Amino acid sequence: MAQEDGEVLLEVRNLTLAFGGVQALRGVSLEVLKNEIFSIIGPNGAGKTSLLNCISGRYRPQQGSIIFRGQDITRDKPNKRCAAGIGRTFQNLALYSHMTVLDNILVGRHHLLRNNFLTGALYWLGAQKEELEHRREVEDIIDFLEISHIRKAIAGTLSYGLRKRVELARAVALRPQLLLLDEPMAGMNHEEKEEMARYILDLNEEWGMTIVMIEHDMGVVMDISHRVAVLDFGAKIVEGRPEEVMADPRVRAAYLGDEMALAEEQSTVA
Amino acid sequence: MSLTADSMRCGEFRTTYKADTTIFPTPRSRNFAIAGLIVLLFAPHVLDTYYTNLLIQIGYYGIAALGLNILVGFSGQISLGHSAFFGFGAFASAWISNNFGVPVILAIPLAGLMTTAVGMIVGIPAARIKGLYLAIATLAAQFILEDFFNRADWFSGGSAGSVAQPLNLFGFVFATDKSYFYVVLFFMVVMYLAGSNLLRSRDGRAFVAVRDHYLSAEIMGINLTKYRILAFGVSSFYAGIGGALFGHYLGFVSAEGFTILLSIQFLAMIIIGGLGSVMGTLLGTVFIVLLPEVMEALMTTLGSQLPGLERGVSYLKEMAIGLAIVLFLIFEPDGLAHRWKQIKAYWKLYPFSY
Ligand SMILES: Nc1ncnc2c1ncn2[C@@H]1O[C@H](COP(=O)(O)OP(=O)(O)O)[C@@H](O)[C@H]1O
Ligand SMILES: [Mg+2]
Repeated sequence: MAQEDGEVLLEVRNLTLAFGGVQALRGVSLEVLKNEIFSIIGPNGAGKTSLLNCISGRYRPQQGSIIFRGQDITRDKPNKRCAAGIGRTFQNLALYSHMTVLDNILVGRHHLLRNNFLTGALYWLGAQKEELEHRREVEDIIDFLEISHIRKAIAGTLSYGLRKRVELARAVALRPQLLLLDEPMAGMNHEEKEEMARYILDLNEEWGMTIVMIEHDMGVVMDISHRVAVLDFGAKIVEGRPEEVMADPRVRAAYLGDEMALAEEQSTVA
Repeated sequence: MSLTADSMRCGEFRTTYKADTTIFPTPRSRNFAIAGLIVLLFAPHVLDTYYTNLLIQIGYYGIAALGLNILVGFSGQISLGHSAFFGFGAFASAWISNNFGVPVILAIPLAGLMTTAVGMIVGIPAARIKGLYLAIATLAAQFILEDFFNRADWFSGGSAGSVAQPLNLFGFVFATDKSYFYVVLFFMVVMYLAGSNLLRSRDGRAFVAVRDHYLSAEIMGINLTKYRILAFGVSSFYAGIGGALFGHYLGFVSAEGFTILLSIQFLAMIIIGGLGSVMGTLLGTVFIVLLPEVMEALMTTLGSQLPGLERGVSYLKEMAIGLAIVLFLIFEPDGLAHRWKQIKAYWKLYPFSY
């Protein structure tokens, strides 16, 4: 597997986050290694999205720190973090709904582009060349995610599954070293999930991206993750290789109990 | 019919990305615009002064309205103070050319820059407040600037107003409508091209991203504060240039013209034309400039049948603007630009357009 060099890319230390009386995170610590696919699972309201929000800068934790590539980024503004190498998608779609798919993805190039309101207004004197170079890279991403047929469509008019894919494309356009995916397969059918899993694996293996993914579909999590952490009531209760996590009685008790039974039932039917 | 208005004409294939990122959606529409421009070059020689004057008005108002559309339509903010920036540009250009011996042709862009600075200061609250609160903050700016125009004798001539010299280029004085038309046309073309370019490059996309989803824009590396204030700056630059052109056209600038009423007319232009559309801005400006003229013509025709109507003309003209805004908001919220696209789509598919 890809992650064997063992270098730590992201370290989360003792993160605590509260909203009024609600403790979303209680002293969560974890390490993500370079080139691994690290999944976070747990019941609804466990604090998974909050954890991602702290890493991407949407939320400021009250305590604890986030170390990325050896730098403490806990206090950095969100818009600084993509230049550092962090990209993400959102659980509830967050596309620019009146823009075309192409422009949505091009926004992902924002921190890599150098033209500005002045040079942009004088388009033909340089900005055009740069824009077209980035356009070419964006087209590679569009080809990879197989969305070339909708590149001119307005994002808000697309189906849910396609919007998820465009969002992934936009995050990939950031050229992140660390890609945070919040339920990338939610609301998808079996086929779409399989496709998405394929893209994630390719991004990890061929594009060299480290992936932290929140996902509810245990089948997919077990298939593609190198390691898994389980959150429950804002605390990390277990972490390890997928089969270790599955075997852990605390996990079964806290979260997987009925879903596992359900999954087994379904697999015997199929 | 699932074909959108933007779909290309049959048989037209774009083979390079360059051809794909042009200002005009098709070569045909570009040629159409160039043809329109050539026709305009002859306009003042064919039309009488009355119509040339209307075209000049469309020019300087259209420039300012594009600025407001960049702020409201593209970056999703609001301003009720646009006419104050327009006025500031007019006074600033007169002030610069009168007091520092700067030629008018340079005073106009300098006035644009001064207005940019004022606009960015007014835009600072935008970093923190949105919607109704921002509307109120810009309304305050409108009144503060109006008050400033009335009091700052050194800058605006106070309540007396100030003289704006005519534009003089290598000894040629642009004192007639016929000649000044070309000055306005030149600025119009430059400002619209620059605006279109801005909107198809990095910072233009950032404006729209901030408008559509500011949280994810921030995660994509966009500094929200910077872009919100920058939108005010760009918007004010356009207002300042438009105002300066207005001032040197009239030859005299006084504070009465730059009231909240004009700010609302600017908003009407972009709402009726289409928020977030460069082409729509122009259509909306034409609409608002021509509306009172059409009303007037209508009233004088009807007036012969219905005596007493002439007395209400000015009143009815203002009501017509309000009515037009309301009707557009209800029946055509996407503005004339949207209607225009649909008409184009209709003819593209003709005779299969059902
Ligand atoms: N912005 C917020 N304001 C208030 N409470 C929040 C906010 N975000 C998350 N929470 C609370 O924090 C807890 C964890 O939520 P979340 O991280 O979304 O869970 P998960 O993604 O695991 O389903 C929940 O109780 C949720 O209500
Ligand atoms: Mg969640």
